[in-house]
Amino acid sequence: MDVHEYQAKEILASHGVAVPPGTVAFSPDQAVYAATELGGSNWVVKAQIHAGARGKAGGVRFCRTYHEVQQAARDLLGKRLVTSQTGAEGKPVQRVYIEVADPFEREIYLGFVLDRKLERVRMIASKHGGMDIEEIAKNTPDELLQVIVEPAVGLLPFQARDIAFQLGLNLKQVSRAVQTIMGAYRAFRDNDATMLEINPLVITKDDKVLALDAKMSFDDNALFRRRNIVDMNDPSQSDPREAQAAEHSLNYIGLDGEIGCIVNGAGLAMATMDMIKHAGGNPANFLDVGGGASPERVATAFRLVLSDRRVKVVLVNIFAGINRCDWVAQGVVDAVRAERIEDVPLVVRLAGTNVEAGRKIIQDSGIPIITADTLADAAEKAVAAYKNAK
Amino acid sequence: MSILIDEKTPILVQGVTGDKGSFHAKEMIDYGSNVVAGVTPGKGGKTHHGVPVFNTVKEAVRETGAQASITFVAPPFCADAIMEAADAGIRLICSITDGIPAQDMMRVKRYFLRFPKDRRPMLVGPNCAGIISPGKAMLGIMPGHIYNRGPVGLISRSGTLGYEAASQLKELGLGISTSVGIGGDPINGSSFLDHLVLFDKDPETEAVLLIGEIGGPQEAEAAAWIKENFSKPVIGFVAGMTAPKGRRMGHAGAIISATGDSAAEKTEIMKSYGLTIVANPAEFGSTVAQVLKRG
Repeated sequence: MDVHEYQAKEILASHGVAVPPGTVAFSPDQAVYAATELGGSNWVVKAQIHAGARGKAGGVRFCRTYHEVQQAARDLLGKRLVTSQTGAEGKPVQRVYIEVADPFEREIYLGFVLDRKLERVRMIASKHGGMDIEEIAKNTPDELLQVIVEPAVGLLPFQARDIAFQLGLNLKQVSRAVQTIMGAYRAFRDNDATMLEINPLVITKDDKVLALDAKMSFDDNALFRRRNIVDMNDPSQSDPREAQAAEHSLNYIGLDGEIGCIVNGAGLAMATMDMIKHAGGNPANFLDVGGGASPERVATAFRLVLSDRRVKVVLVNIFAGINRCDWVAQGVVDAVRAERIEDVPLVVRLAGTNVEAGRKIIQDSGIPIITADTLADAAEKAVAAYKNAK
Repeated sequence: MSILIDEKTPILVQGVTGDKGSFHAKEMIDYGSNVVAGVTPGKGGKTHHGVPVFNTVKEAVRETGAQASITFVAPPFCADAIMEAADAGIRLICSITDGIPAQDMMRVKRYFLRFPKDRRPMLVGPNCAGIISPGKAMLGIMPGHIYNRGPVGLISRSGTLGYEAASQLKELGLGISTSVGIGGDPINGSSFLDHLVLFDKDPETEAVLLIGEIGGPQEAEAAAWIKENFSKPVIGFVAGMTAPKGRRMGHAGAIISATGDSAAEKTEIMKSYGLTIVANPAEFGSTVAQVLKRG
């Protein structure tokens, strides 16, 4: 799960990381009020979306007057911001963050990530902040500083100190940087984050160390124990179908093809998409209905897949292990009747436990379902049905 | 022979009285697995499916000599259950549970380092379908009847895609020595490589089918090792050719986030290390058949 910049900063601040004063606003008037409350005469108005590269896309505006703040908020709110990370559709801007913009001297990069290969938390820092980590890694690979955290003891202060000195900071800055690094690590660990990026971390003229931008992602599997993080969820930032799927604990990812897929198991779902492509078609989605594909879940899956207007054919591929084919077949038949989807060609492939009983239920239903025996057969029939429908 | 389990392996079921644990314990017993004990804290002293239930794994091991365990424990408590089994001396732990937090798994892996290498437990999963040595024993949740006994070792990250491959082999009259599901989590127990080492020494296994998916470095590591060390033919497949970048495809670990994570890249790596590639997921059976015929 992702959160907005201002939320990541709230979390960081609560762990002792210094951030510039700022307030979130939902309207231009609130933005102006926020600026008056914050004081000073330099502000930055930042579009809050779940994607980076906002600056280059015009999502970050520097303002010197209240009028400019209002104008910036008016420009950004209610629009969709397209950045190099959002895809062509962009993300809706429903909140802006008004922050005091003080001058700074240096930009540093600081990041934490869960490293799959090492099965440890890896901290990365660089003297050269303010650009993408990919760019930093490409331009100055020798200057990347790294620490691998030993999970039994966590990040240790001497490691943070070592990094701070290597970043070339003076003594005053070092102690503040250590506080920032240790705080950021605790924010990562105590909230089950998978990624935390402070880019840039800036050093001001008076030796302050401030997180100017922040990004955090969290482990979905750990949300059961992170109510504070769940409360920060902003469904407007995800595809509405994906948000709806998540409510029913289905895994759905929208793609741009024409053949809707309903499959059990993530691996088989990916393989089914690959097979459709191989047969000359394009999958409209990834959808894993999971192990217990109950009739209700199958019906929800149909509703989701069919809410995509590009879908011209639906392919159901179930390899029953835990669940039984007869049960899934009944779910399919019920869903077809309840959702009145007879105008969309439906290809069903069942395999595994109780497959004969499942096929019989489909045959006896009288619904014109195209049945398939194998994965290849199913994909070919789905693609053929699409070409006929066209 | 087979790897990891056979009809004699004494099995313990953690979470045996829960819905899923109970259902699958019965399935395993019916298949012929030697289930000797169950553990549910608070239900000690009872019997379930004719098997004694204990409060702790330590007690169950002491009383029954269980050597392998399978966990049907909810995600918030599963890491604890795995470490309890390790502490009690269980050497093969299979975790079906989907949804264990990554930091919990980090802790589990760190805990395992307490054991010297020759006594370190093997963890299969989590988030996997388990292990089956067809005709001998099942330590998992797969439909046993789709597996024929035979000469192919199968290692798969995905459960249902492993079923697909097994049934394609069966259609062609081919069978499996042992099938292992290593699971779809970003941090998991055993890797492709751990099981390849065992298949290399298993006389019943003549070839290995390795089914990976997008995300993570394991497939590439295994392929590099195969080139240098493995004596039997290996057939490889990576699911997710059509998966978009940066999106989590169901499994917590199935996400293209770094160079080398995509299906196309991993397939290329496998090819460059001499693996035979399954062209599409409808050709698991036919590709394995061709490789076996070549000898």
